[in-house]
Amino acid sequence: MHKYILKRIAFLIPTILGVVFIIYAIMNITPGNLGLAVLGAGATEQEIANYNHQVGYDLPFLQKYVNFLVNAVTKLDFGISYYTKQSVFAEVWPRFQLTIKLSLGGVFLAALIGVPLGIMAAVKQYSLLDTIPSVLSFFIAAIPSFVLGTVLLFVFALKLNLLPSYGINSWQSYIMPMVAIAIPPAAQNMRFTKSSMLEAIRQDYVRTARAKGAPERTVIWKHALRNALLPVVTQIGMSLGMLICGSVVVEKLFSLPGIGSLIIDRITYKDEPIIIAGTILISVCFTIIMLAVDLLYAFIDPRIRAKYSKAKE
Amino acid sequence: MEQAKNDTILEINDLKVIYKTDDAIVEAVNDIHLHIGKGKTLGLVGETGAGKTTTALSILRLLPSMTGHITGGEILFDGHNLLDYSEHEMQAVRGNLISMVFQDPMTSLNPVLTVGDQIAEAISLHNPDMSHEQIEAKVDETLSMVGILTSRKSDYPHQFSGGMKQRVVIAMALCCEPELLIADEPTTALDVTIQAQVLSMMRDLRDRLGTSMLMITHDLGIVAQVCDDVAVMYAGEILEAGTAEDLFLGEKHHPYTVGLFDSIPNLDSRAARLKPIPGLVPDPTDLPKGCVFSPRCSHCMEICRQQRPRTLKFGTHSIRCHLFENPEGGNADGK
Repeated sequence: MHKYILKRIAFLIPTILGVVFIIYAIMNITPGNLGLAVLGAGATEQEIANYNHQVGYDLPFLQKYVNFLVNAVTKLDFGISYYTKQSVFAEVWPRFQLTIKLSLGGVFLAALIGVPLGIMAAVKQYSLLDTIPSVLSFFIAAIPSFVLGTVLLFVFALKLNLLPSYGINSWQSYIMPMVAIAIPPAAQNMRFTKSSMLEAIRQDYVRTARAKGAPERTVIWKHALRNALLPVVTQIGMSLGMLICGSVVVEKLFSLPGIGSLIIDRITYKDEPIIIAGTILISVCFTIIMLAVDLLYAFIDPRIRAKYSKAKE
Repeated sequence: MEQAKNDTILEINDLKVIYKTDDAIVEAVNDIHLHIGKGKTLGLVGETGAGKTTTALSILRLLPSMTGHITGGEILFDGHNLLDYSEHEMQAVRGNLISMVFQDPMTSLNPVLTVGDQIAEAISLHNPDMSHEQIEAKVDETLSMVGILTSRKSDYPHQFSGGMKQRVVIAMALCCEPELLIADEPTTALDVTIQAQVLSMMRDLRDRLGTSMLMITHDLGIVAQVCDDVAVMYAGEILEAGTAEDLFLGEKHHPYTVGLFDSIPNLDSRAARLKPIPGLVPDPTDLPKGCVFSPRCSHCMEICRQQRPRTLKFGTHSIRCHLFENPEGGNADGK
């Protein structure tokens, strides 16, 4: 099993290299000139060419790519922003941290709301405890985050004046953005958990557990839930990935300095190093989440674990 | 009579079970009577859909909660009516006093828990005072009782073959030494050689532990091997009941029982084809007005289509059929 985990982590390296290559290549194909962007329109052509030569911008693509990779891996040096002339990493990293905090909080909240509601809806199928959350989840899943965020802003910041409306000043600043990004995946989680639980509850081994004399609580939480968890874990992992990429709308709405809004801002200035570094960080994060989900599978289901152990040999 | 009462572990009287769906009401079990003596094994025989499993689930009160309803009768276990028990009281009965072995061992074990944990759960549920070590010792004891190496208790169900899984299920059912074991076609899903192993193991354990047993099966061979008494069930009714001798050696039989025996392939008579009972089990949403077997019965009379037959008693043997309703026949049981 440990060997398998190491193997999976080792496989992560070519995946990430591939992603980085594609991102770097795409950004290089798009037209643009580093010297011109840095020195401005006032610079002569000679000055621009000198500058490009000095920083290695006029090198052939593959050589540039290797240089970029070596600097990025060994020194966490992703270059200099064209726009602010600051170190890219220093600009991207704090914003990335904010986005991660926001997304992790959002996913946690979404699981905390969605999974118990889903379990309840499945256990009390056809009762009000099922129909109300189920119908609500349809509506909520159809509401985009920015609409929800606007409503939250209107109610809690403008009317009630309870929560700050923009920026990050205290822990309260996280509340509304987290809720806004958590609600749609919470509705998804609820529906996934419900259908998966309904399936598990009908299984023979659940009847066996009841025939053993297990109280309903044990039957649900110990026997049914763990079997129902696999699709739910996938869904939660996917939604974390989506939130990291997709929280840009909410970041914009609440004026939060996250990585999504940074990338969007700099696209207008063609600030390639920032865009590349930001995209790479998001992609790497996504692959790691997917690996974590895969490993979690093995933790939950011994049959998958057994397959892994066999694959090892 | 008092003596007879004390010898009875389970008595079912006038049990009625229906399944209610939006479209129809299925009358799965209609006024059945069953009686299992202490330490005895009752075979409940019948075709698929006769209501055998429904009867078993009713005893444990494990019918699907949305659709299955017990609408009448009583289930007396050791003199107490299980239908009066609260859900909490039933939990103390299930797995402890009455336990059940299900038909398909492939699906009746939880795939994410080790077999040791699943057996230990049953023990700890009913023996809350036991220490962890005592429970583990009991798990080991139960596993070796059903012929599984104790070293395998930390394995998961998918690492066992079908026959071994059924042994685990049986171990789980017997670990609290229940007074009554309900075995719902315990060998149907297994192949023939394993069937014989599992069956003889069950018989040995029953004799060793003195457990009473309700053996649900459609295999008359199994009945002959393990059962003391037999009840033949058809379309939710018991058509014939008696000791194994009554059924296998008696002279009077319900035409359905005769049909069941005739449909067993026989090596001695070189018949070219098997002799199945003609026709199909009646639609349980629309049972015949008279005798439930009348549409398929070769001895069907006018009265059979009009009137439900009474249960006629001939000593230990009882038959529910108009054929034997004549002066030289037995006494109806007075109902």
